[in-house]
Amino acid sequence: MKRQLPLILVFIFGVFMIFQYFVPHESSEWVFEFLLDWVYIIGIFALALGIWSLVRVSWDKIHKRKENWPYAIVTLFGLAAMIFFGFDYGRHFFSAEGLENFMFRHFFDYIMIPIQATMFSLLAFFIASAAYRAFRARSLLATLLLMAALIVMLRFNPYLGSFVAEYMEKTASWLLNVPNLAAKRGIIIGVGLGIVATALKVILGIERNYLGKD
Amino acid sequence: MKLKLLFLSCLLLAFMSVAMAQENQDDSLPARISKVNVHAEVVDSVRIAQIHWRISSDDGNGNDNIKEYVILRGAGIKGPFEERGRVPAGRDMFIDTLFRINDLEDSILALSTELAPSPITNLRGHDKDNDHGHAIDLLWDISADDGAGEDNVIAYTIFRADSLPNTFFYRGVVIKGGTSFDDVGSKEHESDSYMPDFYDYYYKVRATTFDYIPGTSDYYYVIRTVANDTSKFQDSNPALCNNSIFTDSEIFGPVQCYGQWFNTARIPVLVFVIGFLLVTIYFIKKARGGAKLFIRRLAGIEAVDEAIGRATEMGKPILYVMGLGVASEIATIASFTILGRVAKKVAEYQTGLIVPCYDPIVMTIAQETVKASYMDANRPDAYTDDMVYFVTQSQFAYVAAVNGTMLRELPATNIYMGKFFAESLILAETGALAGSIQIAGTDEIAQIPFFVVACDYTLIGEELYAASAYLGREPILLGSLKAQDYAKAGVIICALLGFVTINFGWDGLAQLFQVPNSFFANLFGGPN
Repeated sequence: MKRQLPLILVFIFGVFMIFQYFVPHESSEWVFEFLLDWVYIIGIFALALGIWSLVRVSWDKIHKRKENWPYAIVTLFGLAAMIFFGFDYGRHFFSAEGLENFMFRHFFDYIMIPIQATMFSLLAFFIASAAYRAFRARSLLATLLLMAALIVMLRFNPYLGSFVAEYMEKTASWLLNVPNLAAKRGIIIGVGLGIVATALKVILGIERNYLGKD
Repeated sequence: MKLKLLFLSCLLLAFMSVAMAQENQDDSLPARISKVNVHAEVVDSVRIAQIHWRISSDDGNGNDNIKEYVILRGAGIKGPFEERGRVPAGRDMFIDTLFRINDLEDSILALSTELAPSPITNLRGHDKDNDHGHAIDLLWDISADDGAGEDNVIAYTIFRADSLPNTFFYRGVVIKGGTSFDDVGSKEHESDSYMPDFYDYYYKVRATTFDYIPGTSDYYYVIRTVANDTSKFQDSNPALCNNSIFTDSEIFGPVQCYGQWFNTARIPVLVFVIGFLLVTIYFIKKARGGAKLFIRRLAGIEAVDEAIGRATEMGKPILYVMGLGVASEIATIASFTILGRVAKKVAEYQTGLIVPCYDPIVMTIAQETVKASYMDANRPDAYTDDMVYFVTQSQFAYVAAVNGTMLRELPATNIYMGKFFAESLILAETGALAGSIQIAGTDEIAQIPFFVVACDYTLIGEELYAASAYLGREPILLGSLKAQDYAKAGVIICALLGFVTINFGWDGLAQLFQVPNSFFANLFGGPN
């Protein structure tokens, strides 16, 4: 029963979700939105588990003096400080006004955002190194890829003559709109079918790995 | 135990802090009005301006300190504004007199009559098809002075009344040449634009010109929100009252809106889902019956065993990244299945497994999945909850944490399965730098090239979903995989047929596959 009940629930709600796609009526939407609210509620409870997991793993590092354990202190301090300031020292525990707290905003705007931007900016260098590997002309197909990439990139070069630029633009548009788009659509159709097949497997109880063990 | 006590103490401290001093309410200024609508109207030969606004959030709510609203009018957007009237708190409407038509000189009256455009004709409407209700489609034939005649119509303004005779409210505007308008209201009772179903509505459409009656011009209205302490007030942004010459259509109505119980425009999807379901059931039965189903080779999945073996030999752990997807996404569900298979092999080989999670629900399910796999492998003692842990729900903070783990732990194998976005290349390149074997799979098309470049094996698109069946080799799962392949073959045949028929000048076949589908909607009698 411990395993059957979740499967029955998955079947009922899964079938309902299929039906509601074809039933635009307000009643159907109401039930749909009501069920989606459950996801938020479950998410909030799961967040507590997530925080507990983070605290436990970090504390374990500190307690056992594992490698780089001082960083775990920073993690726990950051977690506690943001909660403390986010609730505006406890004065706005039940409202979002604490998010405007001076310290909370400063921690977020001047520490969190620059660090995130730094991580994101690494992408530029990784794209360069990945492009170098991808565009090495080791075979006929790799050479074709290199040529296509050169055409697509060079069309933005302002120093190309008008004739060459126009030719590049047309060729690049053809590359993007015909072979590239055809491949993308092929993948999208495959993904769509895969999603339907997986969803059916979940609804019918064929795919049940996510349920864990009895 | 000590740890739990510490955690609970922290929570207790946080809750106790609620009891700390409440912040003084900042009631220095009342909340201003954010939305003001004004339109001109002619009632009993008097040109009036109807001004509607959404009441201040401090009116009956919030600080609840509103005394009244003062209506100010100016000829320009920057004023000067003069007071036109006052209404008490709670009211959201005011009518201002612009001029009396009978007071106009005969020559001006004649001129304004001459400049008045022809009205629109044949105004009609019906409930919007295939929706949840609360919406009405309007259609009309354009004014004779729109693109012809005086050619002075610049727009059509749509007004709605809830009963007759009653005030018509502004609903929207359509530029010249337009012949239709969807009056979409809200289904929320609390909303200003709430539009109940099964209620009689009346419409009129105004043909508006760019001509003005001599001596008149547009006006701007400002609503001043005044607090109980009258020295404290806030003004809204100025709202335009277009005072140009216009002609209203005949009133159309009553018309009602209501929700439908079946969306006929989605019939092709229903046909496809039923067909696909039948094919899937057929192949599952066939596979259960012992039929040998050929499944194409997936190099990325075959490499999983090899990668786990390599990790065992090197004595290094395996890093499994589930991406940024939430638990309800199909890619994440597929990733759980693959994680289960990987974890079972890892348990058998007694290798380490690290699963940093982005989403707490995903973490909880992943913990259950890994635990189940360790039990299947008869190694429940080797499982610890710390293998699967939550990091953060911030995208790049998560990337930083996973990259740090890669560079510190130097895992032998990195497996990326699930939903990935901008972080895909940062993760995969860092993994490549750390010298790990990398296997990736995602259905995010934009990220597939990054994984192809930086990883040793990549599952492209639907191969991610096929992976679980391929790994398990269970007939029931292989049957669904086979059905997927046949469906793809069907799509290819339909695409080829569509290509041929369109090139021969017949697009009927292509139209059958459109979603939303007008062919089926018309077939089942949608009013037009």
